[in-house]
Amino acid sequence: MRKLLSGNEAVARGAWEAGVEVATAYPGTPSTEIVQALAGYPEVNAQWSVNEKVALEVASGAGYAGARSLCAMKHVGLNVASDPLFTLSYTGIQGGLVVVTADDPNLYSSQNEQDNRHYARAAKLPMLEPSDSDEARRFSKTAFALSEKYDCPVLLRLTTRISHGESLTELEERKMGPVLKKFDRNPSKYVMLPGYARPRHPLVEERMNRLKEFAETFPENRIEMGDKKIGIVSSGVAYQYGREAFPDASFLKLGMVWPLPEKLVKKFAGQVEKLFVVEELDPFLEDNLRMMGLDPVGKEVFPLCGELSPELVKQGVSGKGSVREINFDQAIPQRPPILCPGCPHRGVFHILKKLKVFTCGDIGCYTLAAQPPLNALHTCLCMGAGIGQSFGMEKALGKDARVVAVIGDSTFYHSGITALADIVYNRGKGTVLILDNLTTAMTGRQGHPGSGLDIYGQPSPVVELEKLVLGLGVKRVTVVNPYDLPLLEKVIQEEMEADEPSVIIARSACVLIPQFKGVRKKPVRVDREKCDGCKICLQLMCPALTWEAKTEPGKKRKGYARIDPLQCTGCEICLQVCNEAAICREDQ
Amino acid sequence: MKPAAEVTNVLMVGVGGQGIILTSSILAAVAAESGLVIKKSEVHGMAQRGGAVSSHIRFGQKVYSPLIPAGEADILFGSELLETCRWLPYLKEGGKIIASLQKIDPPSVFRGEKPYPEGLVEKLKAKDPQLIAIDALKEAVGLGDARVAGIVLLGSLSKILDFNLQLWLDKVKEMVPKKAVEINLKAFQRGRELAGP
Repeated sequence: MRKLLSGNEAVARGAWEAGVEVATAYPGTPSTEIVQALAGYPEVNAQWSVNEKVALEVASGAGYAGARSLCAMKHVGLNVASDPLFTLSYTGIQGGLVVVTADDPNLYSSQNEQDNRHYARAAKLPMLEPSDSDEARRFSKTAFALSEKYDCPVLLRLTTRISHGESLTELEERKMGPVLKKFDRNPSKYVMLPGYARPRHPLVEERMNRLKEFAETFPENRIEMGDKKIGIVSSGVAYQYGREAFPDASFLKLGMVWPLPEKLVKKFAGQVEKLFVVEELDPFLEDNLRMMGLDPVGKEVFPLCGELSPELVKQGVSGKGSVREINFDQAIPQRPPILCPGCPHRGVFHILKKLKVFTCGDIGCYTLAAQPPLNALHTCLCMGAGIGQSFGMEKALGKDARVVAVIGDSTFYHSGITALADIVYNRGKGTVLILDNLTTAMTGRQGHPGSGLDIYGQPSPVVELEKLVLGLGVKRVTVVNPYDLPLLEKVIQEEMEADEPSVIIARSACVLIPQFKGVRKKPVRVDREKCDGCKICLQLMCPALTWEAKTEPGKKRKGYARIDPLQCTGCEICLQVCNEAAICREDQ
Repeated sequence: MKPAAEVTNVLMVGVGGQGIILTSSILAAVAAESGLVIKKSEVHGMAQRGGAVSSHIRFGQKVYSPLIPAGEADILFGSELLETCRWLPYLKEGGKIIASLQKIDPPSVFRGEKPYPEGLVEKLKAKDPQLIAIDALKEAVGLGDARVAGIVLLGSLSKILDFNLQLWLDKVKEMVPKKAVEINLKAFQRGRELAGP
């Protein structure tokens, strides 16, 4: 039986077929759907973890106890989870542990374009890379078997096009792994004291040598001989681009990108006239081929940045400018993502802009407030970074520096808690705004410890934000309604002036979750007699607020603001911003 | 329409919330059920709502790349006029266009910085004189639900792709929300009529 599945769904399916019992993740594009899909299999115990590090620790605990487990994350998530990962390489596991990293070439929804193949080499772990959905399913299964055979986590690398691309996938039955579940009391293997860890290191090196040997005969590393004039070494979606561009060329298709099969690579190189390495992002395969003494053509003709495409491969290999220039019509305006109508974040950024404060931001929908016309968020580095950075600015510029940190609820649970503790401990006076919309909005509204919902949508215990923050030692904690702009302004002013750390929780449900029902009000309207066409409301960048150009004799104004009643949620932020009282409730 | 060995490329574009993901999934399911190899690719991410959406659907006997190379789309299917025009460079010479006349202002337009571009239908027509341009939103509202506009367009698409009609109807039934099967089938039928004989 064959089914059309996305790469992410196929990884989940493969893991299920391999008998996976525990699956963990923190949501992150393009990886989110993997564990979401696993939650749909009744045999699997799935969860959203508080962050990727904890996700990997939970999964590895299950692995220590003999269960097959999977942990999925986006590329930057592996930075967070790298601490347990590197030492898991030493301890190994009992039940197979598969760590999925979904990289995002071209940064469709990420803050950088890092190439996580480097982690395989750095952590001394095998890495598989599928090039379509069926491979994603098969490799996911193979990864569990390899993990148990070689006693180490196995990395499975996807990229956006594989994660979110759909293709036909075979389906097989579920078959449990051979490992028995039990406590494995073995301190020299699991307690990484220096004295125990030191002898593990040579075992890791020895394992990598065995894996190198395995790679030579691994059937997913295969030579596909065609025309010998062009030989292409490739993996993942880049292989598909290469095949599309040169269907008749010879390929060394690598299903395992670390460790590399040196003999196989050299055999292939010896059979073709000109050797190319076609890979997205860094010259990972290319550099390693060079260390084997080969001299392939790679990044000298292919870009280091962004995604590849069949056209770019064709151009690089043929040496001709054959890429069809895509001349997008400049007269067609762009359509960037913006905050939804009624978004509870909008008013906060309006006030921060009005107060002219420097805002250390974070990762979430609210990062969009950095764009014009709001221009109200001034940094975004990584999950949780804004709080620590605001404290650093306070240290550099003095306690009177007008700086605040803004962070979402899910991001705060992920990585903000420790930074806030740092401010309290080190006598900072920082002001932290937690924009609590009760969900992980940007990745598609997943639950988190404060949301009261688990991955199955079932009620879960709540880690209460106020108590958590008080427990960290913050004495000034205020909860505000983010739609009440005068109150918001007053509270932010006061808390910034306070000579001790303070937290402002701006709480209201994301407009896309069911709890918003109780918040939604009747749409507001524009009183055309009063509107003077100043456009101040349009600075809010609300999709429900539009401009209607219209000049009239004897009037200075060049048009009116208009409100689309279908989109307006009645949040009344524009009503509070208007200086002419031209925006009013429907009944007024 | 094409020799069996070749790949057919359909590029579906629109605005988040218009249902491009659903229409592209129905097309992919129809192609897969017809025994073809299919690849479909779209990017999810930053835009919860209102951002530009595009979905590449490729089917044939053998498909490698999940992306349609620029200038090789056989069919450009657009549920918003400006978005359809944006992706025009992807259409091959002699390619077909199915476009909704619906206009959704992008931010720079609704904020009064720029006008919504004029003459877009003419631009499309210059590329495809047989352009199928439909006021899909009006048709959908006429049928009783604005949300079936995408299925109206899909009905039109079914007239120029060589798949079994019953298969289309089965997949529409299977994949639209259970409560709205009937109106979606009507919308599909209406789209077929509007595409001409």
